Order: sequence, then structure tokens, then C-alpha cells
Amino acid sequence: MLEIDNLSAAYGSFQALFGINLRVDAGETVGVIGPNGAGKTTLMRVISGLLPGRAGKLAFEGRALTGVPAYRVVARGIAHVPENRRLFPKLTVEENLRIGAYMPQARKHFGERLAWVYELFPRLAERRTQLAGTMSGGEQQMCAIARALMSKPKLLLLDEPSAGLAPLVVQQVFDLVRKIRSEGFTVLIVEQNVQQLLELVDRAYLLEVGRIKLSGMAAELKANAFVRQAYLGL
Amino acid sequence: MSTRAPWLAGLAALAALPWLSPSAYFLHIVILILIWGFIYTAWSLMGKFGLVSLGHGAFLGTGAYTAGLLWNFAGLTPWLGIPIGVALAVLIAVVIGYPCFRLKVVGHYFALVTLALAEVARLSIVAARDITGGSLGMTPNGVPTSSWIAIQFADKRYFYFLALGLWLFGLWVWRRVDTSMASAALEAISEDEGAAAAIGIHVTRQKLTVTIISAAMTALGGALYGQFVMYLNPDTLAGVGVSLQIVFAAIAGGMYSMLGPTVGAVLTIVLGEALRVWFGTTWIGAANTIYGILLVIFIIYMPRGIVGLVASRLPARLLPARRPAL
Repeated sequence: MLEIDNLSAAYGSFQALFGINLRVDAGETVGVIGPNGAGKTTLMRVISGLLPGRAGKLAFEGRALTGVPAYRVVARGIAHVPENRRLFPKLTVEENLRIGAYMPQARKHFGERLAWVYELFPRLAERRTQLAGTMSGGEQQMCAIARALMSKPKLLLLDEPSAGLAPLVVQQVFDLVRKIRSEGFTVLIVEQNVQQLLELVDRAYLLEVGRIKLSGMAAELKANAFVRQAYLGL
Repeated sequence: MSTRAPWLAGLAALAALPWLSPSAYFLHIVILILIWGFIYTAWSLMGKFGLVSLGHGAFLGTGAYTAGLLWNFAGLTPWLGIPIGVALAVLIAVVIGYPCFRLKVVGHYFALVTLALAEVARLSIVAARDITGGSLGMTPNGVPTSSWIAIQFADKRYFYFLALGLWLFGLWVWRRVDTSMASAALEAISEDEGAAAAIGIHVTRQKLTVTIISAAMTALGGALYGQFVMYLNPDTLAGVGVSLQIVFAAIAGGMYSMLGPTVGAVLTIVLGEALRVWFGTTWIGAANTIYGILLVIFIIYMPRGIVGLVASRLPARLLPARRPAL
């Protein structure tokens, strides 16, 4: 579904990604793990068109995605839940969801999408008139994911959904992702919470200083001596 | 029906006003309020989404001077001169706006860029003194009798209805923008540009669209103002002074409400006239000083303006539903 071939990206003269190869197949949940500053968020931003790639190829459903601007990427069926949720704090939950269905084709089906999202996350239906910025961190993350789902994406990009949340809430957020997965969405998720993530995903890539260091099935990575020592503390 | 009745009554009163007006002076003030109310409404289209322009004087001057110069030097009717002026203002808006929005020049930096634009416009008019009359200003060539071709009328009632039509058009545009999906998009952009882009909003296009609408309306207002007062001056139609006057009036009246900018026009124009009559020429700076003090008070105590404050005190049932688009 998503194919990334020898991708590089940079901020000015600072190169953040070096020759990344990554693949996500339809129906899969794929994780990218790695420490701070490894380039995980940069990778997400390049996929969603917020940052132009410097070299290499991106393709989505067999069509080139290289150099496609963000507003077209969303129309192609990729929704990005940015790091730190990035809700519109002074708008209500429902207004946030409304803007999530901004693309013309999503706007047409706004009513049914909204009903579906509320069914998936009943908590949001209870909070529909509340200002998004006044909700708890976990609820905000729920709202951010729901907002992305409003565009009816084929691929969901989740950038550190557990960042800044209490351990109990992190568990809830991962349960949310499981729920979305079981709805048949393809998910690419970036996380620092390696232990939890490897319980969730089918496959994962380990990113370190802008390069893919390891990749494999979740079980393989869990058993890998380096991952166990450096990331799982075992 | 119950919500429409007061509007229809207001419109009927406005239509009858020229015949009820106690004096030509009164009608003159009302015309000024309508024209400036239209211009302030145009500014609010950007201002309420956090696009604070301190350079709308540039658009005002472009509209007025283009129409005036084409009339004086080419004999071109303002019916063509004004659209050309509006087109030029749109061109300037694109040339300034596109790079700003593309390169994410926002907030204070955007305000500074537009501030410079206002001064560039004023200085350009002054520098081209051979044709514009420089800082002494210029007068469009008069015609012996009232003329539709020249848009010059001895009877103020013509201008009154032109201004009223323009003002109603401005409110209509405001409403259209407010209830459109673009309003939701712009609101999202003003809260978090990055998140808005991630959702698929074309940030540059949205900002540019509203900037173009605002600039075009401002130029149109400036041109009609020039036709009405028959005198163009770089200080009253370009530059920082008038740009800040626009900002002040829109903020004081309430830039988040449809009628807010118009209330701002009533306030500033009535206040300006009153100060002028009271102090005459003895205290030249008094009006500006009082404006300045009032602006500080408004921003601290009524950040949503007069109309915003009144609306927040009214019971909710008297108000139209908030943002139908959302």
C-alpha cells in the first residue's frame, strides 16, 4: 500500500533521514520505534507531504506520492495524527471533527462519518460541545484520532499517540489503536513506548539517527538481543 | 420571521433616511459611516482569522488613486477606472500575500510586512507628485452637472444609495464567508497552522483567498470614498495612519460580529466629528490621543468589541446560532 524507497529528508543543511526503505501492506499495522531525534516525526511529515523529501521515492497504492502537497495527500487517503495531538483547542469537539471532514468527498458524507466516529468513541459524543482544549490528554488523543478518521483514510499515520500521557491512559490509547485496527484500517505508528508498541503491531522498524537499523516481525524484534537491551531494558 | 422582522424594519428605515434626514451634514456623516463601515468590514474578514493587516491603506489608496488618475489623465469613466484599481489592489495583495503565506510569515511578522506596504504606498504617491499632486493631494476633474458617467452628483442622495448598496454588499460577503467551510478552515489555520495543513487544508490558498476578497473590497471602498469627497490625499487614503484607523475601528466595534465593524465606523466617525467641532483647530492632536487611549481601553476590557460585549450579555435565544457552518 505504502512503499518508501531510499528516502532522504533534511531541514536546511541538517539531514534527518538517510536512505529509508519501508513498506506497509494493506490491513497491516506497522510500527516505527527509535529514540528521540531519530527522525520518526520527520518520516511521518514527509509521508503526509508537510515536509518535502530530498531524495528517494514514495508511492501509495502504486501511484507516486513524491512531492505531492499535504492537501492532496489527505485526498489520496492518508490521514496524519500529528505529534502532541494538535487539536484546535478553542473549537468544540464536534467542530474539530467537522474540520477533519474538510475534504470535499469527506464533507459530503459528514453526517454518517460523524455518527460512525461517535459510535466508535462514545466518549466524544458525550463531549461534543466541550472545547477540545479543556479535555484530558487521553480524550484529546481520542479526538485527534477521530478527527483524522473523519476524512475516511485508507492509511492512518499516528505520531507518538502516547506522548505526554499517564501510564494508565497510555494503555487506553493503545486499546483505541487496537480498535481502529480491528475496524480494518491500515496503520503506521511511531512510538517511543517500545514495549507496548511491539504488543500491538505486526511488524516494526527500528530507526536510529535517520537510518533504519533493524526491521522485522514484532515477535522477532522482541526477541532481538539489541532491542531487548537498548529499548526494553531486559 | 421573528428574526427577519427587525432586519426588514432597519432596511426600510435606511431606505427612507434621505427624506427624513434633518440636514445635508447629517446625510454626509451617514454616507461616510456606510463607506467606512464597508471598509472596516473588509478588514475584519482577515482580522478575525488572525491575519492582522496594518497595511490596508495601501489597498484603499490603490483603488482611489487609480480611478482618480485614470479619470483625470485618460478621461476614463470610474466605472472602468474603479475595477482597474480593484484589480491592481488584488495584484498587490497577491504579490505581498503569496510569499508571506507560503513562507509562513504570521502574527507580528505579517503585521510588520503589511505596515511597510502601507508606507510604501503612501511614499509612492508622494513621490509621483507630478501626477498625484504629492502630499498636497489631488482633486478629480469636476463635471458641470451631475453625471452617472463621472459618478459625480450634486445631490448627496445618489451617494447615499451607492454607499448603502456597497455596505449591504459588504455584509452579504461577510455572511457568505462566515457561513462557508472556508471560515472553518481559516479558524483552524488561525489556531494551529500545522495541524490545519495535516488535515488537508490548503493553508496558502485559504489565506490568499480571504486576503484577495478583503483587498478588493477595501480598494472599492477607497474609490467610492474618493468619488464622494472629491479629494484624494496620501495621508487619508494610504499610509500607516489610515491603516491603523481601520484596525482601531474594527477592533473597537467588534471584528467577530457582522455589524461590529459598522458600529466601529459610527463610533470613530461620530467621535472624530465631535472632537473636531469641540476643539476646532486649537487641539490638533486631541482626536488621535483620545483614539489611542480608547484603543487601549477596548483591547483590555472589550477584546471582542462593543458588539461582542453586548452580544455576550444578551440571552442566547435572541442571537442567531453561532457559526452555522460548524
